[in-house]
Amino acid sequence: MALSGMRGLSVFISDVRNCQNKEQERLRVDKELGNIRTRFKNEKGLSPYEKKKYVWKMLYIYMLGYDVDFGHMEAVSLISAPKYPEKQVGYIVTSSLLNENHDFLRLAINTVRNDIIGRNETFQCLALTMVGNIGGRDFSESLAPDVQKLLISSSCRPLVRKKAALCLLRLFRKNPDVVNVDGWADRMAQLLDERDLGVLTSSMSLLVSLVSNNHEAYWSCLPKCVKTLERLARNQDIPQEYTYYGIPSPWLQVKTMRALQYFPTIEDPNTRRSLFEVLQRILMGTDVVKNVNKNNASHAVLFEALALVMHLDAEKEMMSQCVALLGKFIAVREPNIRYLGLENMTRMLLVTDVQDIIKRHQAQIITSLKDPDISIRRRALDLLYGMCDVTNAKDIVEELLQYLSTAEFAMREELSLKAAILAEKFAPDLSWYVDVILQLIDKAGDFVSDDIWFRVVQFVTNNEDLQPYAAAKARDYLDKPAIHETMVKVSAYLLGEFGHLLARRPGCSPKELFSILHEKLPTVSLSTIPILLSTYAKILMHTQPPDPELQNQIWGIFNKYESCIDAEIQQRAVEYFVLSRKGAALVDILAEMPKFPERQSALIKKAEDTEVDTAEQSAIKLRAQQQTSSALVVTDQHPANGTPPSTQLGLVKMPSMSSNVDQSLAEQGLSHENGTLSIVDPQPPSADLLGDLLAPLAIEGPPSSDVQSQQNIVSGLEDVPNAVEATAIVPVGEQTNSVQPIGNIAERFHALCLKDSGILYEDPHIQIGIKGEWRAHQGRLVLFLGNKNTSPLVSVQAIILPPSHLKMELSLVPETIPPRAQVQCPLEVMNLRPSRDVAVLDFSYKFGNNMVNVKLRLPAVLNKFLQPIPVSAEEFFPQWRSLSGPPLKLQEVVRGVRPMPLVDMANLFNSLRLMVCPGLDPNPNNLVASTTFYSESTQPMLCLVRIETDPADRTQLRMTVASGDPTLTFELKEFVKEQLVSIPTVASYAPMPAPPVPQPTTPAAAAAALTDPGAMLAGLL
Amino acid sequence: MIHFVLLISRQGKVRLTKWYSPYTQKERTKVLRELSGVILTRGPKLCNFVEWRGYKVVYKRYASLYFCMCIDEEDNELEILEIIHHYVEILDRYFGSVCELDLIFNFHKAYYILDELLIAGELQESSKKTVARLIAAQDSLVEAAKEQRSSISNIIAQATK
Repeated sequence: MALSGMRGLSVFISDVRNCQNKEQERLRVDKELGNIRTRFKNEKGLSPYEKKKYVWKMLYIYMLGYDVDFGHMEAVSLISAPKYPEKQVGYIVTSSLLNENHDFLRLAINTVRNDIIGRNETFQCLALTMVGNIGGRDFSESLAPDVQKLLISSSCRPLVRKKAALCLLRLFRKNPDVVNVDGWADRMAQLLDERDLGVLTSSMSLLVSLVSNNHEAYWSCLPKCVKTLERLARNQDIPQEYTYYGIPSPWLQVKTMRALQYFPTIEDPNTRRSLFEVLQRILMGTDVVKNVNKNNASHAVLFEALALVMHLDAEKEMMSQCVALLGKFIAVREPNIRYLGLENMTRMLLVTDVQDIIKRHQAQIITSLKDPDISIRRRALDLLYGMCDVTNAKDIVEELLQYLSTAEFAMREELSLKAAILAEKFAPDLSWYVDVILQLIDKAGDFVSDDIWFRVVQFVTNNEDLQPYAAAKARDYLDKPAIHETMVKVSAYLLGEFGHLLARRPGCSPKELFSILHEKLPTVSLSTIPILLSTYAKILMHTQPPDPELQNQIWGIFNKYESCIDAEIQQRAVEYFVLSRKGAALVDILAEMPKFPERQSALIKKAEDTEVDTAEQSAIKLRAQQQTSSALVVTDQHPANGTPPSTQLGLVKMPSMSSNVDQSLAEQGLSHENGTLSIVDPQPPSADLLGDLLAPLAIEGPPSSDVQSQQNIVSGLEDVPNAVEATAIVPVGEQTNSVQPIGNIAERFHALCLKDSGILYEDPHIQIGIKGEWRAHQGRLVLFLGNKNTSPLVSVQAIILPPSHLKMELSLVPETIPPRAQVQCPLEVMNLRPSRDVAVLDFSYKFGNNMVNVKLRLPAVLNKFLQPIPVSAEEFFPQWRSLSGPPLKLQEVVRGVRPMPLVDMANLFNSLRLMVCPGLDPNPNNLVASTTFYSESTQPMLCLVRIETDPADRTQLRMTVASGDPTLTFELKEFVKEQLVSIPTVASYAPMPAPPVPQPTTPAAAAAALTDPGAMLAGLL
Repeated sequence: MIHFVLLISRQGKVRLTKWYSPYTQKERTKVLRELSGVILTRGPKLCNFVEWRGYKVVYKRYASLYFCMCIDEEDNELEILEIIHHYVEILDRYFGSVCELDLIFNFHKAYYILDELLIAGELQESSKKTVARLIAAQDSLVEAAKEQRSSISNIIAQATK
């Protein structure tokens, strides 16, 4: 079929097709792009036909995967062409090239609106289609009422109305507020009486979206949906063209049943009865036929009916009918049906009372785990995971383990996580659980996350009965020739803690344990060595009486690692070396780890989190969240050695580090003590649930948990005379006060309000620079975090506390800033409303043992969303007069102004992006400025400011601010006032007696507030 | 909701893309690369659904062309599969036994027809007859404009301008 008239395009497409290779193609495309670019440049000579041809070429090139970064304007401009052929091309190319966030679209809103409200039906269709496909929020707000009018208009033909329905659906998705529920619910119900099935299909899609958001308002639509379904299912009065392979519009049937699933119940018994009749007919009357399309269509309806039955909580009889159907489906040859059978069976699990019937199909489901199609295997895995309980856990988990060895890489991680969770949730006994996890690590070590082996260690630690068993198992795995590193980790840990329980077994003497573990050391990475070192220390401690040969061997290793480049390894080596020479005291110091406090499984939590992420509002999923979990809980019945575990953990973990501000003197001394000993958990306590495993050792004090005596013991070890002296050496205040900001934070902030880049904060360790770009109501700030030290800054955290009128999004801030490095963190800002509130950056980092926390105001202030605009006298005065008085125009006499020459004030205004318009005000002592304000919620707003100064008294002036929005007027007035009054440099060179300032924020008060971040924050918010 | 529609040839050449959810240029390229990798390598006797990044892609191969539509996880897959077939039948009727070459040289027609079928990622019209009628009407509008332009009076008007 020839292309109607566009020879140039056909020739170009042929050329591209004839290219021998990618390189030739690129050359041909580049040549064409160059040609189009030059033709667009001198647009005058371009006929509408040529323009059309070129934008088609652009779309073709774009489709081939090349960047087309020009010519968008030409495509958009075709929309406003008067003739249909050009307009059509403009609309379709625009909606293919641009996405809803593109700026150019905004330019077209008016043209599009004119087409929608105009009389030309074909233009209406084009405009509605484009808005329906790529319309964004801007379109929602300006077009929704017009589109609604078209949808319910009696004079519009169906072809316009069905497009209007889907266009409205798009606008509603972009901004649900544009559909006014009160007025619209009745209209919606009327729409469902529509005879034209095209309009009805579109309207039904709209209804699905509306009820998913708010079903309450649309109750009146429910019986109409049931009626529609009856009409379709009984094939009453459906035009031939709306049947698809003999089935009355399967799509409309599916949509209608989807809408019904958003209503929680059906109360009216008659409606309920008729609906169940229809559903029953669908369930029973769907047969497998030869024609693929007919089969698909009828099963699309059937599966939707199944979902609706599940949702309605039908009687048990109907439910078991459904399960029987699904059981049939999962065994058929047709892969689509098998897939959907498994998927829907998984959904069915959430219905009570059918689990037992589903379990009958377990064998078939396990077969599907070996299906050649990964999509089907995934469904089978999900279903097995969902149907697992105490009765079948052993079988299912063993199947999963078996499958693990043959599964493709894409599935192994999910598979091992699921097996681990099931083993934990439904373990009939704990030794089985340990077996499963060790097998998992053995078979798929690369896919077993740390969480999984941490968890098994927790179980073993907290269950004494399990300890010898787990240690023996771990020992067995070590005999295998090549074992995964994770297995080395878990075995080392378990044998270090519990290896001594095996002492009497063959091959399990301390010496043998040590040598088999030590064999693995050359094969492991840096992260495993610290665990091995801890294990060696523990083995040494358990060897009573000491074995000099073993001792020398292990000491040799500690010695070797004392100069290791990895700080963690080096630290452990040094400490263990010193500690292990303490003789009998060693037994106390290196005692067994205490029990872990009860906590939710990190694995289950992880699985739940991912579920919440993907959860939709659908009724089925809501129910899923109410399912009870019978997960085992780590028990903690016997406090170890009679000492409360929390104290011991406290000693090691130093919870004090996170908040050094409100620490008591004694605690500070203690944490310092630990600090010099360097038995420090590098993680902040909250960062990792399982962090305690990484702590090298439990340092146990003697049974009495007296803080003072513990300090003495510990400091005795370190040859520090005593704890009292230790605290005396370090001035108590140093930890909190050691980090002083360089420069005045408030001054830096005020300077940044007037310019776009500069330093926000600086102290001896870090410098935070900032750079901003502002465009209309949006902005992008980049934070430059520079580490000034030769050691890394850790636990870096930046939290943005935005005021309600700003939408702010900070990209990821790395937890560690390497020495002398600078990291950049972009921060996106969007202004929603006029407001003077200021965003705060809550920034903290740790240097050595010091936690530094500062709260900094961010210069995303009102004037950043201003755009200076010059106005002439002809524009100014009518505006000024039309905004006649409060609340749009506000006047105030401001006192206590920092005295400055009028020129300086004009400069200040200009740097605030208020453009001073000289000559507008005849009085030379006055000043007039204008600007536009941008926010997401309003159109750009013109703002006018007039200042009348008094040459006799420069500390006072009269200010008048006007704009089209009362809030904006007020906020802008207050903002300008603040700038005139409390400029921080005021004290430095204006030697005037402090004037009585009526402002709540005098510089002094501000300065006082700055020393206390909390107060400062309170003041700001 | 359908998030996007792709037509990809067996060699991985893109024949049509339509995006109903906002994707940037970069994301579009990435989606195309990823999905052609997944779909083109699937064997012939497997099911028509692929799970991908929390979405589902329903696809079907017709001769050398793969028609793909990406939907939400809980959407009805078979319904979408038949929308694809519905689209193919309409193309077939319009071109008269459609082949890949038709869609290459008349890719704009494929776009027009798709716009009569789907809006906002939802089915707009399920009657093949109605779609065919509307497309024919569009074609004649374009023809009429062309004739008008080429009429002599128009040429004279152009010349004297």
